[in-house]
Amino acid sequence: MKVLVPVKRVIDYNVKVRVKADGSDVDLANVKMSMNPFDEIAVEEAIRLKEAGKAEEIVVVSVGVKQAQETLRTALAMGADRAILVVAAKDVHTDIEPLAVAKILKSIIDEEKPGIVLAGKQAIDNDMNATGQMLSALLGWSQATFASKVEIDGNHAVVTREVDGGLQAIKVKMPAVVTVDLRLNEPRYASLPNIMKAKKKHLDEKTPEDYGVDVSPRLEVVSIAEPKARKGGEMVDSVDMLVSKLKEAGAI
Amino acid sequence: MAVLLLAEVNNGELAFDATAKAVTAAKALGDVTVLCAGASAAAAGEAAARINDVAKVLVAEDASLGHRLAEPTAALITSLAGDFSHICAPATTDAKNIMPRVAALLDVMVISDVSGVVDADTFERPIYAGNAVQTVRSKDVTKVVTFRTSTFDAAGDGGSASIETIGAAHNPELSEWVEDKVAESDRPELTSAGVVVSGGRGVGSKDDFALIERLADKLGAAVGASRAAVDSGFAPNDWQVGQTGKVVAPDLYVAVGISGAIQHLAGMKDSKIIVAINKDEEAPIFQVADFGLAADLFSAVPELIEKL
Ligand SMILES: Cc1cc2nc3c(=O)[nH]c(=O)nc-3n(C[C@H](O)[C@H](O)[C@H](O)COP(=O)(O)OP(=O)(O)OC[C@H]3O[C@@H](n4cnc5c(N)ncnc54)[C@H](O)[C@@H]3O)c2cc1C
Ligand SMILES: Cc1cc2nc3c(=O)[nH]c(=O)nc-3n(C[C@H](O)[C@H](O)[C@H](O)COP(=O)(O)OP(=O)(O)OC[C@H]3O[C@@H](n4cnc5c(N)ncnc54)[C@H](O)[C@@H]3O)c2cc1C
Repeated sequence: MKVLVPVKRVIDYNVKVRVKADGSDVDLANVKMSMNPFDEIAVEEAIRLKEAGKAEEIVVVSVGVKQAQETLRTALAMGADRAILVVAAKDVHTDIEPLAVAKILKSIIDEEKPGIVLAGKQAIDNDMNATGQMLSALLGWSQATFASKVEIDGNHAVVTREVDGGLQAIKVKMPAVVTVDLRLNEPRYASLPNIMKAKKKHLDEKTPEDYGVDVSPRLEVVSIAEPKARKGGEMVDSVDMLVSKLKEAGAI
Repeated sequence: MAVLLLAEVNNGELAFDATAKAVTAAKALGDVTVLCAGASAAAAGEAAARINDVAKVLVAEDASLGHRLAEPTAALITSLAGDFSHICAPATTDAKNIMPRVAALLDVMVISDVSGVVDADTFERPIYAGNAVQTVRSKDVTKVVTFRTSTFDAAGDGGSASIETIGAAHNPELSEWVEDKVAESDRPELTSAGVVVSGGRGVGSKDDFALIERLADKLGAAVGASRAAVDSGFAPNDWQVGQTGKVVAPDLYVAVGISGAIQHLAGMKDSKIIVAINKDEEAPIFQVADFGLAADLFSAVPELIEKL
């Protein structure tokens, strides 16, 4: 079985993003970018499937700017076999919407015919939490989102999902789109020898036109603003003072 | 303009608070028709009909709609979509599972986690862990939207909408339910509670997390946790508050042994009053706390429980 993992290049989770003064956008110039943390978990899961003999090949795909090459190289260094970069934007500030990403991924999947797609549950920049579900709909495949456990058994997979009430297990028909949550695994770091080896692995470059997909956005970004700031910072000296402050504020 | 709103129905019961908050958000967009779908949904439909400002309720009962599997639920919504300009839901894990699928089937974008409605096409939503607020205008014919419930007040309970029973759509039979692992609790539900007490890595162990729960019970609060506390096994996954967990905005949020990472703040910084207890005076949580107490939680929390 082949596994396909879409990976997105996003602002590093340790960086606090700033909104540009003119409210047109956030400022991504010269900030550290990394692989979306959920996608690291998806790549790790794919590698574990391969190590367990349940998968033969791992193909990683990114849609975005040319620099997403680095993200794909990271996935290759972790243990993916081959990469496809779909260059769909020139500027790091141009993000491609999940619907367009899903359409491109669908075309790639029609060619590659993977048995499973492992995607992140959400990208930590735009937090849409949508691409995997949209892809599954376009393919007419089963979907299992927010996975904290994936057990593949022949033509089915049993997936445990993190939901509002706790956990839910469902059994999905393969091929399936699975989106991964935080507790699925702990991704490995790439070792130096593997980083070197990854440089020689195959990375194909494509464009949305190769797949006949129109990536023009459906949502127009009107403006980006700073959220309302909170005025915090008052310290109390003791539990007694805390209790009296809370009483004063009518909180208890 | 007409809005179809997917009600939050769990095991036949309406989640009134989440649904009524989404009704408040949706009514600015047009007449609201609420869809209650499930293996049993009639009682939920009756409850939904009592939400103020609901024009009509549709009840779809079918075994295939039990457990809110994405494929049959999305197929049902898509079959109804022609009559509506907007298809909405509260941004619960169920809706986040279903609505993007609906959007893709309709060849439109989904607009997730909307925190404000500007007009029928224009919406505000937090991005980058709440460090920026994006205003987007949709060019799609049908708008598929999920609402972040913590930013809307619940509509009242005094309506009497008409109820119509409808059939399920064709079930693609791609997935089946196996089991739910849901802990029963007498505490209020995290996303609708008036008070939330959360514990972080600083609490140190699952056993010591009982201290957080005791404080919560004293305050009649729901219990939350940081990701670190969940990852370490101190607390179950459904207690996680944050960018990738639940978003809460209670009247009072008490953060104990939580440092205040941006991902955590994203889930609680709209709370009315924030209290932080942390032994590190420099912890970033103090920057957003209305009242900060720099103290060891193992002495401060028992004292607080006693003095409340
Ligand atoms: C500042 C700003 C500017 C914007 N400008 C534009 C614009 O000019 N044009 C435009 O079309 N939209 C624009 N948008 C909208 C925005 O791009 C979309 O809302 C966003 O791309 C979708 O959400 P997500 O990336 O969070 O995807 P999610 O659905 O949360 O991602 C889930 C998973 O899908 C996979 N995935 C997602 N994207 C990719 C990818 N590109 N490659 C590979 N795998 C992927 C990954 O596995 C990921 O973990 C802008 C948004 C912002 C914040
Ligand atoms: C993709 C991604 C998504 C994430 N999503 C979330 C999310 O949704 N929610 C979330 O919470 N996090 C999330 N995180 C994790 C986040 O970045 C932080 O790692 C996490 O919030 C830290 O949890 P914490 O504050 O409990 O632990 P720490 O940062 O380790 O802080 C523990 C605190 O406890 C204090 N302490 C220790 N002992 C005591 C004592 N005896 N008395 C008083 N104080 C004490 C310490 O001073 C410290 O400030 C996410 C991270 C990533 C990468």
